Amino acid sequence: MSASVLYDAQGPRAKRRNVVYSIVFLLALAALVWWVYRGLHDKGQLDWAKWKPLLAGSESWTTYILPGLKNTLIAAALSMVIALPLGAFFGIARLSDHVWVRVPATVVVEFFRAIPVLILMIFGNALFAQYTDVSSDDRPLYAVVTGLVLYNASVLAEIVRAGILALPKGQTEAAQAIGLRKTQVMTSILLPQAVTAMLPAIVSQLVVIVKDTALGGAILTFPELLASVGPMSSYYGANTIACFTVVAVIYVVLNFALTSFASWLERRLRRGKKSTGAVLAPAAVAGTQATGAGGGDMAGGYAGKTHT
Amino acid sequence: MFDFLSGYDLLGAFWVTVQLTLLSAAGSLVWGTLLAGMRVGPVPLMRGFGTAYVNIVRNIPLTVIILFTSLGLNQTLGVNLGSQNFDTINFRFAVLGLIAYTSAFVCEAIRSGINTVPVGQAEAARALGLSFTQVLTLVVLPQAFRSVVGPLTNVLIALTKNTTVAAAIGVAEAAFLMKSMIENEAQLLAISAVFAFGFVCLTLPTGLILGWVGKKVAVKR
Repeated sequence: MSASVLYDAQGPRAKRRNVVYSIVFLLALAALVWWVYRGLHDKGQLDWAKWKPLLAGSESWTTYILPGLKNTLIAAALSMVIALPLGAFFGIARLSDHVWVRVPATVVVEFFRAIPVLILMIFGNALFAQYTDVSSDDRPLYAVVTGLVLYNASVLAEIVRAGILALPKGQTEAAQAIGLRKTQVMTSILLPQAVTAMLPAIVSQLVVIVKDTALGGAILTFPELLASVGPMSSYYGANTIACFTVVAVIYVVLNFALTSFASWLERRLRRGKKSTGAVLAPAAVAGTQATGAGGGDMAGGYAGKTHT
Repeated sequence: MFDFLSGYDLLGAFWVTVQLTLLSAAGSLVWGTLLAGMRVGPVPLMRGFGTAYVNIVRNIPLTVIILFTSLGLNQTLGVNLGSQNFDTINFRFAVLGLIAYTSAFVCEAIRSGINTVPVGQAEAARALGLSFTQVLTLVVLPQAFRSVVGPLTNVLIALTKNTTVAAAIGVAEAAFLMKSMIENEAQLLAISAVFAFGFVCLTLPTGLILGWVGKKVAVKR
C-alpha cells in the first residue's frame, strides 16, 4: 500500500518534525547498540581472536559450519520430498465426494496441524529407538524428518486443497462437459494448474521446514547448523556470540533467498497470461506460518489489494 | 491404564505452557503493533528499522533466538533479567525470545489488516485534520484489528505450539516433561497420546472460539 494514505504530504514543519523524530529514534537505537557493545566488549566477545577462526580461517567452516549446513539442507530436502506427495494425497482426499475418505483425511490433517513439531520429533525419536534397529547415529535424522513430514504434509494438504479450490469453477465444469471422469478432472485439469498456483506457498513452506530443522539440533542431538555452535564455540575458546552471529546470518541469507524466490514466483505467476489467474499467496493458508517457524510474506496475500 | 502419569506434574507442565503463551502473546501484541506503526509511519528511519527487524527475525529459527537468549545473553553476557533463580531466568528469557520472534508475525498480520481498511476512512480522518498518530490510533487501527482476528488467531496458535521450543533451554513446560517421561517410562504411545491430546485441547478451542469472535467483530462492508 502507499503509506501516504495515512498521513498528509509533508510540509516544512512536518519535515522538521520528522528530522527530530529520526534523531531521537537514532539516539535511542545508538544507546541500545552502545549498551550491547559495552557488554560484549567487557566480556571480551569482540576480541579479534574470537572472530578470527570464523571470519579469516577456513577450518571452522569445513569442520563445523558446512557439515552442519549440509545436514540442515538434507533434512529439509528429504522432508519436503516426502511430505509433498503425502500432502497432495491428503489434500485431494479432503476434497473427495465420499464421506468415508473425506472425514478421516480431515481428522488426520487437523490433528497433525494442532500438535507442535517438537512433540512429533520427540515421539519419532523414541519410536525409532524402541521399535526399529536404526543406528543411534542415524536416529536423529530419522526423527527430525518424521516430525517434519507429519506436520508439513498436513500443512501442504491444506495448501493443495486451497490451490485446487482457488481455480475457477469453469475449469471443472468444462472438464466434466467434455466427459472426463472425476479422476481425470483431478489429474489432468485441476492438479497441473493447482501446482503452478501453489508453487509460491510451497517454496515458503520450505522456509518453515529449514527453520524447524534447528529443533532437531537443540533437542535431539541432530548435528545440523545450530548444533555446530556448541562444539565450535568450545573449540575456539567460548566465542559463543561470534558463532551465533555467523549461524544466524547463514539462516537469514538462506531463508531470505527462499522468501524472495517465493514472492518473485508469485509476481511472475500473477503476471503470466497462460495461467487461470489463480495464485495462492504464501500465507493464504492458515498454518503456513506455524510451528517453530513462519516463513512467507504474511502480507503477501493482500499485496494485490493496494490502497492509494 | 494411565497409572504411569502418577508422579508427574502433567497439569503443572501444561500450566507453564499456558503461562508462556499468554505472557508472550500480550508482549508480542504490544511490540508487534508498535512495529506495524513504525512500518506504515512517515519517519523513514523507523520504517527502515521495522522492515529490517521483521525480515531478519522472521528468517531466523525460533530455536536459534531462544538458545541465544540463554547461551549468549545469560551465560556469556551475564544478563539475568533481575533474578537469581535459574528456572525463573530461563522462563523470562523464553518469554523474551518468544516475544521478539512472534511480534514480527503480529506486525505483518496487523499491517495486512491496515490494508483492508478502505482508503476513504483514512482520507476522511485526514480531512478532519487528524495527525498521523490520531489517524492510526483512532480510525485505522481499531478497524484493522477487527479484521485481523483470524490471522492473529493463527499467530496465537502457532505461538502456543512454539512454546515447546522453550524446552531447549530447560523451561519445564509440556515438551520438556514429555521428553523426560519418555526416557523413564515404557508406554511411549500412551504418553505421546496424552501430550498430543493436551495440545489439541489448547489449540482447537482457541481456533474455534476466536474464529467465532472474529466473525462477530468483523466490520461488515
